[in-house]
Amino acid sequence: MADAMEQLYQQVILDHARVRQGEGELTEYGGESFQINPTCGDQVTLRVRLDPKGERIQALGWTGQGCSISQASLSVMHELVLDQPVARAEELGAHFRELMAARGKELDSARLEALEDASAFTGVARYPARIKCALLGWMALRDALVQARGRA
Amino acid sequence: MLNPDTVKADFPLLGRTVRGGKPLVYLDSGATAQKPQQVIDAELRFYAETNAAVHRGAHQIAEEATEAYETSRDVVAEFVGADAAEIVWTKNATEALNLVAYGFLNASLAAAAAPGSAAAAAVTPEAIQRYALVPGDEIVLSEAEHHANLVPWQQLAQKTGATLRWISVTAQGRLDPETFSVIGERTRILAITHASNVTGAITDVEALVARARKVGAYVVLDACQTAAHMPVDLHALDVDFAAFSAHKMVGPTGVGALYGRHALLEDLPPFLTGGSMVEVVTMETTSFMPPPQRFEAGTQMVAQVVGFAAAVKYLRELGMDQVAAHESQMTQRLLEGISLVPGVRVLGPEDATDRLAVVAFEVDGVHPHDVGQVLDDAGVAVRVGHHCAQPIHRRLGVHASARASAGVYTTAADVDAFIAGLHEVRRFFAAPSDTGGH
Repeated sequence: MADAMEQLYQQVILDHARVRQGEGELTEYGGESFQINPTCGDQVTLRVRLDPKGERIQALGWTGQGCSISQASLSVMHELVLDQPVARAEELGAHFRELMAARGKELDSARLEALEDASAFTGVARYPARIKCALLGWMALRDALVQARGRA
Repeated sequence: MLNPDTVKADFPLLGRTVRGGKPLVYLDSGATAQKPQQVIDAELRFYAETNAAVHRGAHQIAEEATEAYETSRDVVAEFVGADAAEIVWTKNATEALNLVAYGFLNASLAAAAAPGSAAAAAVTPEAIQRYALVPGDEIVLSEAEHHANLVPWQQLAQKTGATLRWISVTAQGRLDPETFSVIGERTRILAITHASNVTGAITDVEALVARARKVGAYVVLDACQTAAHMPVDLHALDVDFAAFSAHKMVGPTGVGALYGRHALLEDLPPFLTGGSMVEVVTMETTSFMPPPQRFEAGTQMVAQVVGFAAAVKYLRELGMDQVAAHESQMTQRLLEGISLVPGVRVLGPEDATDRLAVVAFEVDGVHPHDVGQVLDDAGVAVRVGHHCAQPIHRRLGVHASARASAGVYTTAADVDAFIAGLHEVRRFFAAPSDTGGH
């Protein structure tokens, strides 16, 4: 297979698409978001629960279906933001959106390191149609956090 | 017999490469067809030599442009077995279907208004007689409809209080004749696709028209998928309205057509209003032109109309029987090829009878978007998603699918490249435990 596909579908992405972190319904939650990608029909329902102070992500669960890129991105995001302060999760979300806007160029090393496994999505940004897939979970997180903080 | 290699040479885009030098294998004609040089030239020539606004202006170029515009109507009408006065230019098939739905709505609104009021007089008594819907009236369509032939009717039902009913789809992706009985005494409109853009199944129009006639319902046919792939004779099909779009027929984007029987168009209230469709305008009222001009408000897409005529001339010269025979061979090759790839399921009939070369499929364990990505990397263009037909996907138990669709220029080599790509999809996404499987 051509290198292009191996660059796009990094092993990290394929692994996360198969064994997905955070997939499952969260019954106690403060914020929920349903996001859909109308072009391919991918959808996710993501729920988030903050600690009593409303500062840290205590639990995160998602259900839905989608392509390997969207599923892996949700799984990686779950790993990155669980137990993290809300502000840190939002910062990581901003980095990830920058990565997607970079059209395949790498971000500076500080931000790439912060993104950990999510940096494997660099190649996704070369395919405009796939950027929405990668962002689906992050859009849901941002939206759910707004709600959760409103209630905290 | 049609020689697809010769045909292909007429389509400049099909000679290009994609993704780092790979020859393009275009199997997305169900979404939009590529254009032959003859169509591109016709549009170019119109702009270079004849461009002017039509049906106005006293100068020679305006006369020539009007002549080109109206001659194109003759050509397209003849191609689908209609009279020129029965063809209305629209921007696409979606607009054509909305035009009919809004005609019904406008008549319904006038019928529901207070007698003697301005609102009641907004359309003619004949329009109300024919087209006004009341609560309890029924609109029948099918689960196989493209959103373009579903959403406008759903909207019409919501606004008028009419009830939407539908014919079901079988597990093989065909309209289920056992559910044709939803067409009943209260059915006013039967809006049905001539062929599914997902399963490729061709509708038994005759049987449905017979039922609609018995109850006095109007039949609206969505001929988008068929018009470029098999002979279509609208008079012989005996439908009341039909919609089709040039861009799927090797013609330009930006132009489609509505067919309507003479008497029906005569009574149909206008949809879009404005310039070019009026007779006398005062500050209070306006009288409208007869069809088809009544439905062609504003400056028209004349160059595209001329390109549309060039497209149907191109198809006519190939011969629609020849086109259908060639594409049926491609259907068979697609279906046979897919049947030999493990873990791939066709959504729709598995034999080529009464079926277009539109083949949606799912690959076990691989999302359609990922299927499309790996095919694309091999230069093979297919569509992924729900193809603007969510209900039939739901019926067939999937959220989305990948779809290969052929056209006049599709070759056996194209199909073979696609099948090889499918094997590559399977290999690439094989779980680590079954690497090297099959």
